[in-house]
Amino acid sequence: MSDVILKVKNISKQYRLGLVSSGTVSHDLKRWWYKLRGKDDPFLKIGEINNSSTKGSSSYVWALRDINFELHRGEVLGIIGKNGAGKSTLLKILSRVTSPTTGEIKTRGKIASLLEVGTGFHPEMTGLENIYLNGAILGMTKKEIASKIDEIIEFSGCQRYINTPVKRYSSGMRVRLAFAVAAHLEPDILVVDEVLAVGDAEFQKKAVGKMKDISKGDGRTVLFVSHNMAAVKSLCTRGLVLENGEITYEGRPSDAVAYYLNGNSESLNHYNFGDSKKNERLKLHGITIFAKGKRKETNLDEYDELTIETKITIYPTENNLHLTYVLKDETGLSLFTITNANSDVPLEVGDCYLRCYLPEGFLNIGTYFLDIYIIENSKNTIFHQPDIMSFSIQEGERPLGAWLGKEPGFIKPDFNWTKARF
Amino acid sequence: MSTSGEEQWLYAISSKRRIIEFNFREIARYKDLLFLFVKRDVVTKYKQTILGPLWYFIQPLFTTLIFTLIFNNIADISTGDGVPPFLFNLAGITSWNYFKECLTGTSDTFKQNQNIFGKVYFPRVIMPMSVVISNLIKFGIQLLVFIGFYIYFTMFTEKASNVSPQITLLILPVLIIIMGTLGLGFGMIISSMTTKYRDLTFLVAFGVQLLMYASAVMYPLELVKSKVAEGRIPEMTGLLIEYNPMTTVVEMFRNVTLGIGGINIQMLIYVMITSTVIFLLGLIIFNKTEKSFIDTI
Repeated sequence: MSDVILKVKNISKQYRLGLVSSGTVSHDLKRWWYKLRGKDDPFLKIGEINNSSTKGSSSYVWALRDINFELHRGEVLGIIGKNGAGKSTLLKILSRVTSPTTGEIKTRGKIASLLEVGTGFHPEMTGLENIYLNGAILGMTKKEIASKIDEIIEFSGCQRYINTPVKRYSSGMRVRLAFAVAAHLEPDILVVDEVLAVGDAEFQKKAVGKMKDISKGDGRTVLFVSHNMAAVKSLCTRGLVLENGEITYEGRPSDAVAYYLNGNSESLNHYNFGDSKKNERLKLHGITIFAKGKRKETNLDEYDELTIETKITIYPTENNLHLTYVLKDETGLSLFTITNANSDVPLEVGDCYLRCYLPEGFLNIGTYFLDIYIIENSKNTIFHQPDIMSFSIQEGERPLGAWLGKEPGFIKPDFNWTKARF
Repeated sequence: MSTSGEEQWLYAISSKRRIIEFNFREIARYKDLLFLFVKRDVVTKYKQTILGPLWYFIQPLFTTLIFTLIFNNIADISTGDGVPPFLFNLAGITSWNYFKECLTGTSDTFKQNQNIFGKVYFPRVIMPMSVVISNLIKFGIQLLVFIGFYIYFTMFTEKASNVSPQITLLILPVLIIIMGTLGLGFGMIISSMTTKYRDLTFLVAFGVQLLMYASAVMYPLELVKSKVAEGRIPEMTGLLIEYNPMTTVVEMFRNVTLGIGGINIQMLIYVMITSTVIFLLGLIIFNKTEKSFIDTI
């Protein structure tokens, strides 16, 4: 049993909404008056769950409410949640930037955070001077930095510019330099927030590799917040889902990711239209997209073999009908057309489930939209509905050390290859 | 690491706080950062200027020239026999400047550094401390200017017949520490208050200017006392100027360097106590603020 290195107990954080103005003076005075008499803060009793999209009556909200967890040495804990779920607030408290309203965090090791890389860079100072300054801000001593200076410069890839003021750097170089410093920190607990979002593909590879070294090789404990599900699945040993400031799930990273994605109703890939999509010729009951070998409610990932299932009733007709889908990306760009016109599975009068199978791992990560057309005799459109449904393909679990970004393009067809000597 | 005891933790993060949390060991651990900040301030201040560090000389010199012109040549304030007004004003401005720079430099600590403070933790008090230290370097340079003119006036002119350094010059370091702690104390108080209510920022800008006129920078305290005796200044104003701690500091700076004005041990003790109290008060408020100012700034 590995020992507990960090213990988070009943952490809550309250924020006051609205502007700081003369109204706050009266609250401050009231608070002070209660404190003077040895009573609890009167404003701690009020406050609502932090759901930014609904309107609440109180001007106090809880960004975090009773967060409890423990972190063992060598663990990599991934924290996922929607925007505004309280992830960043939690990290801010952990890195001592702000203090919790109630509760306590105890730690056995030094915590260093990569909340945002490049903190405290001074544009007028050279790269080298900034390495020292930034390193010291992050908690290293001059001696520690000096012993690693060559590695840091090497890692950043900014050798040529190292004696040039940072204001002349490109933004990418600045980020690389900053990450290089941060990556050479040696805290017991590293707090990482979305570092994967910076830099180009090559640098991302480097950064993730370094993160892996840190967590696997040196047995460092890492707290990792990301929207990149692939990264969470592959890097973390445990996952934690935050929702409206509360922990709603804790468990294996892949389960946590699944829980999180299913909680997002937008990613449900099942559409039931009831009576809304019908005319005198047909009635469209619903469309479902699901993955082979998975329950219908689970989310889809990039390795799945997908089935598009159309539930439709065709009213009696003499003509030939067929169904066409146009797949579009988020910007509305048409990617390709799927049709049963040329297949030996025509649309027939009566009720049916029409299924179309996409090859395994065909669609890339992303959100897609479908337009539907029902065509009569290959020329007349008798039913048409743009953007009838949307679905998204999530990152799958990738092998450790693999790149965690998204390859360009929308499809990843598996073509045949041969090889011959010449 | 944690071989003994379940409750052996490195540190705890909570909402509770002690009144004064001045963790010397932690600050010692961050001493490299302190000096790097000082270096940053000194090195980058006059980057990409043509005159560079010369600006350190120009500002007090021109202020002194103007003061001499207005207060001594036009308004006829007497600085005493055998004491050149220029040297008198330069002494006042040099000592006043250090206090002023410490005060204004630290008074926007939180606002100025909210980006950095919002992302990483280090003992926040490092920031104002670095300002006080880098200003000390600036003060040192301005002191050199003062010494230069001092030598010029005493050696090469007849104007400074009554000027002579005193044995009490030995207390100069004490005076410097008082100036620093006073400036730092006020600065920390103001910077803490301005995180939530910005009103004080506006006060600082002209308040410091006004305070200078109440600190006997360009006139001797004796003059105020005699005017009070003549009834031309309300007694209240006289007391205000006399008990303004900076008045004593400026007066004593002139006393130990130029040998004018009196030295008053009681006033020195009074000022030492006041500055310590203000410094501690500043530290308490600063500590209280640093924990969660990022939510209100």
